[in-house]
Amino acid sequence: MDIKDFIAPFAVWKRAFEKPFTVKKPIDERPGAPRYRGFHINDAERCVGCGTCEAICMNKAIDLVPVEGREAKEGDSGLRPRVDYGRCCWCALCVDICPSGSLNMSNEYLWIDSDPDVFRYTPGVDKKPWDGAELGYRRAEGYRLLDEQRVPMAELGHREAVKSFLELVQGYSRAQAEKEADRCVSCGLCIASCPAHMDIPGYIKAVREGDLDTGLRLLYETNPFPEACGRICTHLCEGACSIGTGGDPVAIRWLKRYIADQVELSAYAKALPRAEPSVGKKVAVVGAGPGGLSAAYYLALLGYEVKVYEKDGEAGGMLRYGIPEYRLPYPALDKDIGYIESLGVTIKRGVAIGKDLSLSDLRRDYHAVYLSTGLPVAYGLEVPGDKHPRVLDGVAVLAAATRGEELGLGKRVAVIGGGNVAMDAARTALRHGAAVDILYRRREEDMPADADEIREAKAEGARLIEKSIPVEVKDAAGALAGKAALFVWNEAEMVQKEEGKRPVPEAIPGALREELYDSIIAAIGQGPDLSYVTEEDGVPMKRFKPLVDARGMASPGASPKGGAIFAGGDLVNDRKDAISAIADGHRAALSIDRHLSGKGA
Amino acid sequence: MKKEKLRVIPPAERANPDLESGKYLLMWQGPQHPGITGNMSLKLIVEGDSVVDCETHVGYLHRGFEKLMERRLWMQNFPLVCRIAVPEPDFNEYCYAAALEELAGIQIPDKAVWLRTLSLEMIRLASFLMWIGGQAGAFGHGTIIQWSVTMRDYVLDLFEELSGGRIYHMYIIPGGVRGDVPAGFFKHVLEIMDTVQKNLDDIELVMFHNVVFKMRAEGLGYIPADWVDHYGITGPNARAAGVARDLRKDLGYLAYPRLDFKTIVGQKSDAYERARLRLLEMYQCIDLIRQIVDQCPKDGPFREKLPNPLYWKIPAGETYVAAECTRGEYGFYVASDGSDKPRRVAVRGPSYTHAVAVMERLARGVNIADVAGLMVSLHTYPPEIER
Repeated sequence: MDIKDFIAPFAVWKRAFEKPFTVKKPIDERPGAPRYRGFHINDAERCVGCGTCEAICMNKAIDLVPVEGREAKEGDSGLRPRVDYGRCCWCALCVDICPSGSLNMSNEYLWIDSDPDVFRYTPGVDKKPWDGAELGYRRAEGYRLLDEQRVPMAELGHREAVKSFLELVQGYSRAQAEKEADRCVSCGLCIASCPAHMDIPGYIKAVREGDLDTGLRLLYETNPFPEACGRICTHLCEGACSIGTGGDPVAIRWLKRYIADQVELSAYAKALPRAEPSVGKKVAVVGAGPGGLSAAYYLALLGYEVKVYEKDGEAGGMLRYGIPEYRLPYPALDKDIGYIESLGVTIKRGVAIGKDLSLSDLRRDYHAVYLSTGLPVAYGLEVPGDKHPRVLDGVAVLAAATRGEELGLGKRVAVIGGGNVAMDAARTALRHGAAVDILYRRREEDMPADADEIREAKAEGARLIEKSIPVEVKDAAGALAGKAALFVWNEAEMVQKEEGKRPVPEAIPGALREELYDSIIAAIGQGPDLSYVTEEDGVPMKRFKPLVDARGMASPGASPKGGAIFAGGDLVNDRKDAISAIADGHRAALSIDRHLSGKGA
Repeated sequence: MKKEKLRVIPPAERANPDLESGKYLLMWQGPQHPGITGNMSLKLIVEGDSVVDCETHVGYLHRGFEKLMERRLWMQNFPLVCRIAVPEPDFNEYCYAAALEELAGIQIPDKAVWLRTLSLEMIRLASFLMWIGGQAGAFGHGTIIQWSVTMRDYVLDLFEELSGGRIYHMYIIPGGVRGDVPAGFFKHVLEIMDTVQKNLDDIELVMFHNVVFKMRAEGLGYIPADWVDHYGITGPNARAAGVARDLRKDLGYLAYPRLDFKTIVGQKSDAYERARLRLLEMYQCIDLIRQIVDQCPKDGPFREKLPNPLYWKIPAGETYVAAECTRGEYGFYVASDGSDKPRRVAVRGPSYTHAVAVMERLARGVNIADVAGLMVSLHTYPPEIER
């Protein structure tokens, strides 16, 4: 002990005259730091109710609840996260993981109330003073728990692609597929948007875990065309994918393809369910496209004897004759069809109903008939001169290409239309060495074709001429007469005629243009061929379509033995894509089973 | 008289007094008692005003973290671990994250290494600031805690600015850290370090040159150097006994090998020496923080991309990752069976040794008024005893 030990403590008296460190009213004058993790805020419009916040919350403080005035729709569950502050630990993992980035935190930390129930609320829905707060915890730039970028798919370069009909998309390797599958958060928003309601999170999980047999089984539960759909599906699921709200959607279609590609056809039987014992009843299917064969597959599984009648030489319908090989190679399609046939489904190729057999023959001989004949007849251009020999029909061109026939399109080709058939026809013509113009009456963004197809057609060298209304086809002059044609169109402008409706093209007076083409391919839509349906069949029609009920049934059949008619696919539905036809086929199979056996499915 | 007291080594054997004799009194200190650190309690048998025997009772704070972690995804445990030692959450975050990174073979970016080091040194300072208030308070010196807790709040302000949280920072996430420093942050750090240093100078004058504190703390709870290995004593309690044991030097993790500092050691580990050593370590903290601010890379990534946390599986294996916390060796043993959740996590905190075995022995023969001061001088946190 020395004297300092007695005196030193008094030295800090000098601080008594300094400004104190503390503030007077900390509550009033102490906002949270800009990054403060305070009460949640949620942009209810951006939020899609995927529930990833609920999945990551380790305290189970978040619950997805229905919200008044908000309905479920494609890509939105209609639910919104409700936070229970009795459980929340303010870790903000929910903010870090939120796929859309709608969930954030304010820097507000004071909230006093005597009612404990108020501390459980739905941010962005129940109004709070801190809604829309500028400050508070946000994900740091460059920091995300989820990967917003898709694993790139190897594709042929456009210069290379246009030289041949080799498949463009090369498919994922195992490592790539597993990495892509890891991006999924299993929210299941995709299931509702898929016409066939495939168990997408289920098969993605199977990819992630390397259990491809389970993956294949899940695919076949709702879709017997995984090879085809893994390539050409319109992938509505990816439009609904919650990951797509803040990055690239999960490549669901490529993952489906990965599963089907990886399992050999010979190994399918091991992974997939066997057919039930025969129930002793027969069903005829008209049309061996995806819808008809899908119905046949599920009926065969249920123990029915199924015969499919196909007018063309090969099964597959539009998948084979409408989609070029570079998008869907025939061996892949043959694999899907081969498995369906292996279950005992008989496909009568080259038998046209209405010519070789009549629909009433089928009604007599079978307990039920499923019509899935699609839309084989192309619409004409409906302009003067559209019967010129060089005006071709897009579907016919694609079918001829499939059959390996000489197309003879010439050097300069015009494709009229903006749908997928137009893009396929244009790209087929490009592969035959032609210079291609695609003429469409509206703008590019109005084109019904898939964005990918439009982009690729342009990248491969097709020239897109928008806002062009067909006027006339004139025969070429001189030596080219009958061998080439002049296509005349009127330039148009988009006019907003009615509020809330999409603008329509209106011809600009006098702005006529013409160009000489060796071939003009019309691809402006297709209609059904229902010439085989007679009045006695009792199939009600509406706008040239069979009218079906919720079960897919068009006519209950006259005799107690059966002969009920069901219909589906492009023939009936408005979506006109393979997956909808497959979904219709599945539904019809279950309905037929219920109708014929009463045992349910 | 003083010198004799310094050499008192409490008996190794427990006393077995006859409580029926009327000579002894059995009394509880805690679990609710201002002189106890956290929720634990001491069962004391006293004869007059001196303690004859002490038995520690823990279990008032058991929350079952280690078991809870086996039921949660790897990433979901990240907000959980910080709660194991409340005043120093960052050491839990670091050990857990580093263990996962080791098992999964992840290399974190250099910037994350520096920001983790900064975070650990800042919390070391904050934790010491809280402790020094407790240490002074346990000897009836109420002024220091008014100052030091204010200073600690300033450090917590920095954490709030950096991570968005004052107490549970949840900043060190597997793969790196959760964000870069905000604009102007380093400037604030340096300003607050100046303020804290000025305050530490005052504390040094008022507390360490205070005759009351000296008389009560000197010789109290003497830990001979040979106890260090016997009991597994680590941290300042061991260093004050002259054993230069500091994981920051011995293991050289994070950015410590690139920082210039020396392990501080004392000579005789009594309450005064330990307090003095911790004060020096606070100055050292400030120095290290200044070095970190100076050397931390200004840009670059702060986190390594990890797989989707909902399905993240860590290859089967086990590891033990340790760090030097304010009180000694803090470690996480993590075992993975290759699934998406830990198979087993065991937390090694220094308090288990210091607050149970060492405390029970040191309390024998101590004046009852000094029990609180003795306990605080070991710097223990019951939450980490009861994981």
